Amino acid sequence: MTSADYVLGLADDALVSAQRMGWWISRAPQLEEDLALANIGLDQLGQARSLLSYAGTMLDRTEDDLAYLRDDREFRNVWLVERPQTDFGVTMARLLLFSAWQRELYAALVTSSDATLAGIAGKAVKEVAYHLDHASQWVIRLGDGTDESHSRMQAALDAEWPYLDELFEGAPELRPAVLARIEQVVAEATLAVPEVAPVVGGGRHGLHTEHLGYLLAEMQHLHRSHPGATW
Amino acid sequence: MRDWPLWEVFVRSRRGLSHVHVGSLHAPDAEMALRNARDVYTRRQEGVSIWVLPSAEIVASDPGERDAFFEPAADKVYRHPTFYDVPEGVEHL
Amino acid sequence: MPFEELLAEDGRVEPRDEMPDAYRRTLVRQIAQHAHSEIIGMQPEGNWISRAPSLRRKAILMAKVQDEAGHGLYLYAAAETLGVDREDLLDQLHTGRQKYSSIFNYPTLTWADVGAIGWLVDGAAIVNQVPLCRCSYGPYARAMVRVCKEESFHQRQGFEILHTLSHGTPAQKAMAQDAVDRYWWPSLMMFGPPDDDSPNSAQSMAWGIKRFSNDDLRQRFVDMTVPQAEILGLTLPDPEIRWNEERGHYDFGTVDFTELFEVIKGNGPCNAERMAHRVKAHEDGAWVREAASAYASKRSSEAVA
Repeated sequence: MTSADYVLGLADDALVSAQRMGWWISRAPQLEEDLALANIGLDQLGQARSLLSYAGTMLDRTEDDLAYLRDDREFRNVWLVERPQTDFGVTMARLLLFSAWQRELYAALVTSSDATLAGIAGKAVKEVAYHLDHASQWVIRLGDGTDESHSRMQAALDAEWPYLDELFEGAPELRPAVLARIEQVVAEATLAVPEVAPVVGGGRHGLHTEHLGYLLAEMQHLHRSHPGATW
Repeated sequence: MRDWPLWEVFVRSRRGLSHVHVGSLHAPDAEMALRNARDVYTRRQEGVSIWVLPSAEIVASDPGERDAFFEPAADKVYRHPTFYDVPEGVEHL
Repeated sequence: MPFEELLAEDGRVEPRDEMPDAYRRTLVRQIAQHAHSEIIGMQPEGNWISRAPSLRRKAILMAKVQDEAGHGLYLYAAAETLGVDREDLLDQLHTGRQKYSSIFNYPTLTWADVGAIGWLVDGAAIVNQVPLCRCSYGPYARAMVRVCKEESFHQRQGFEILHTLSHGTPAQKAMAQDAVDRYWWPSLMMFGPPDDDSPNSAQSMAWGIKRFSNDDLRQRFVDMTVPQAEILGLTLPDPEIRWNEERGHYDFGTVDFTELFEVIKGNGPCNAERMAHRVKAHEDGAWVREAASAYASKRSSEAVA
């Protein structure tokens, strides 16, 4: 039996990531990329909704109850996805790490004995494969593009790398495959694998960075301003 | 700095049909053009296969020479089955 | 076939055909302005993506704003068949030499504004755009067919938002009424100045770029919208609206075009913000576009070597 907390972790990863991704729509480097990032954000939001609905069946709450009426100490997402991202290089570095992990995770969950979770994973694994491809294409182009883009991409990777470790909490067996995939992209991008110490995360236990509070304040305020209203 | 080159996009809407021109987009290279085409032109399940090619590579007939190109075909009606009289009652012809 | 003959037969002009310079210039200006409107139009609604009050609404809104990026893209592509570059058109937008629809210089102050934009602004846009599917210039007409097909969900989702709000709590209903009050007159302005004050209309009609006059389209929009407002249970902020049996149309009040001209001049509530947002996105993305070009030229020189 899967725990609601575990499902909420995956749901919150996807929801918070989608919330950050939505910021890019109208701000991407090129019109084609506005569409691409919106597609990725929509996939993530769709995953979040399926997972929240599933967690909701165990907790007797709706997807919106869980998204809008929990405080930050009740959110279970990793730190990787919750920090602000307004630089395209950072967004692509983060998406590379996140989707490389999601890809392995969902591939494993497809054979889960929990049929609901396996069903959600079966759909999500195809979506995140595309996200991983998109991130890889961009990390390679930015890493092996101009001198400026090379140093910006390396800085972005260095900044995101400390948050990679938290993803493997509770599932260390995913690490080799995820790292192999990421390192292959990093090498093709002529970048260096960062040698930085992991930060001490705590997202899965409801301990977050200060950034999550602001993200939730913005996301939740309208819903909470009209208790019980339907939209 | 010039913009990325223009690419023409062709989509096969389902198996058994030809790829049809659906529009164009900008991309830095072929790999990104293909991915952009997926994100721009198949958001509503419009396709099962995509071709992209650089717009600059298309060789087109000149509209000014349309008469020389296409008029000569106009009087060759014998190429069409409806040109022939078939006696009443003949089937499978 | 010569241009005039083609138009007389209601045929379509295609990119490499001979066409008068003025026809080409008019089309470039109109299609570019239309494309600019789509991408600037992403901002007022994009303003609510992060705050949408349910996850279902958030998904719908993201998909809708994404569609607007797509519509801008289709339209720039149509303009490019006339021998201009998207980069140049964007440059003209960023330097204020080409305009976009003034409706997007109004702020989205509440969630209900997202509904009002869908219902009224997209509703007006559809009335304007449907005839463009039969425009004499083939690539523009084809782009519009695709846009109109995708746009049909936009107006419906806006109506649905307002319907839900107007049947919700008193605060929600007040929010919906306020949004309609603010967006009604600007929506009527979207059809442009009155016919007797619209210098380019006659030529565009003769060229088959425009199929109906501004006032005809405005009337069509009012006739379509008034009964919908009744179903929503919301009022339109015009005491002069009433059915005119004789004309077979709704009468309505006089649009204050001095406001429209002020907004066009740049004095609308959000002109500066919309432009600053757009220019910043473009400038912030320059290093990314350059990197991708540099990568592509490295790869192609490797392929040659």
